[in-house]
Parts: sequence; structure tokens; C-alpha cells
Amino acid sequence: MADVVFLALSVITIGCAIAALEMRSLIYGSIALMGTLGGIAGFFLLLDSPFVAMFQLAVYVGSIAVLILFTVMLVKRELIFKKVEDKRRKFVGIALMLVFIVALGSIIMDSGIKTITTDEPAVDFRNIGADFLTYYWPALILMALILTSSVTGALILARREDENEQRTD
Amino acid sequence: MSNELIDFVLVSVAMLGIGIYGLSVKRNAIRMLFAIEIIINAANLNLVAFGRFLPHSGGQTLALFSIAIAAAEVAVGLSLIIVAYRMYQNIDIADFRSLKG
Repeated sequence: MADVVFLALSVITIGCAIAALEMRSLIYGSIALMGTLGGIAGFFLLLDSPFVAMFQLAVYVGSIAVLILFTVMLVKRELIFKKVEDKRRKFVGIALMLVFIVALGSIIMDSGIKTITTDEPAVDFRNIGADFLTYYWPALILMALILTSSVTGALILARREDENEQRTD
Repeated sequence: MSNELIDFVLVSVAMLGIGIYGLSVKRNAIRMLFAIEIIINAANLNLVAFGRFLPHSGGQTLALFSIAIAAAEVAVGLSLIIVAYRMYQNIDIADFRSLKG
């Protein structure tokens, strides 16, 4: 059975996920998204994988959430607070969510993973480094190339094209 | 370990449902990006949970790969939103009708 820390973490994570989508202001929404990402890092700590938890904190809470916050601040002020959605679509979306959760949840509850517990010791994080450098090394190099190219592509996309014209004026 | 695998998987299913709701209802481009982030995090939680209960180090390794790729995806997505905002002066995806440059 789940313990108190797990229940508190799941309430924080799911509540912040709902708040991130439903808050009126996008700025508070992105701060709530930070709460969700931090809650997931807490789950990683509960699962005895502190290395992934620290990676999650550094990459998601440290850089992605801050990047989203800065992008939100670049957008006009009235667009941050404006909420565009029609009622009918919202009810259909909630119905879709409930059907999805109930269907997938009942499939999972009926399957055999309900009784799985473990008493074995956690995986040593040295094994992760060994994995990266032995079996997964082509994927590691490919990931580095993808990161470089995507960050370069993002910079090129977001560059202002009228910059040179402004300088000559 | 007092927690069972089913608890983590159910939290992951709930987050996946919330993300699908956000993707289908919201029309704000940045909020749709939030929903995508929530779905990716649900997938990462599943990877680490199954990796812990096997136990096998592959789950954590693949979760690290997934986090790094998600960072690249968010950078490109945000810059696309900025370009679209500059073109249309709006972040409502119903306005992004033409893809002419």
C-alpha cells in the first residue's frame, strides 16, 4: 500500500498539472508546471533513482520551466490573461479524459502488474554510466548531435529577419 | 519498498489523461506545450518505475535520453511559437491558418 509521502506527492503533482492548464494567467500556469515537474522529481527519489531526479531538476525545473516563463513574458499582456475556449469543446474534452482514464485504468487493474512488489536493492547509478558508454554509445552521440542541431535551429528560427534593415536606417 | 508498481502506473495514467484533455481543449499554443510536457513526464515516470521494479538499469538510462530529447523539443517548439506570434500577433492556434512564409 502507498505511504503518506507518496500520497502527498501525487496530490501535489496532479493538482499542479490541473492548475497549469486551468489557471487564468499563463505566468501562474508556468509556475504550477514547475510544481508538476518537481513532483515528478520527488517520485524519482521515491523510486531510488536519485541521478534521474537530479537530472530532472536541473533540466526541467532549472532550464525548461525558466525558458517557458521567459517566452510567456515576451507575449503581449492581454494575450496572457485571455482564455479562448468554447464550452461544448471543453465538455467533450473532459468526457474524453474520463473515458481514457477509466478504460486504461481498468485494463491496468485487471492485468497482472497489480501484485508486483520488490525487495531487491536499487540499481546502482554507476550502471547507468556504464550503459551510456558501452551499449548505448551510438545513441549518446546521436543525442548530442540532435541537441546541438535543435538548439541551433531554434536560434535561427527565433532570429529577427529585419535586424539588418533596422541598422541601416 | 512500501509502494507498489500499480500506484506509480496509476499516477502516470492520470497525468496522461490530463495531458490529453489539455491538448484537445486548449487553443493557446503555450498551454498545449504545457500539456505535451505533462504527457512526456508521465512517460518518464513509467520508464523509471518499471526499471525500478524489474530491477534493471535500462529504465533510468532511457528516461535520461527522453529528458534530453524533450529539452530539444521544447526549445524548437518555443521558437516556433515566437515566430508564429511575430507573424500573427497572437498565440491562438485557430489563427495559424496559413503556413506561407
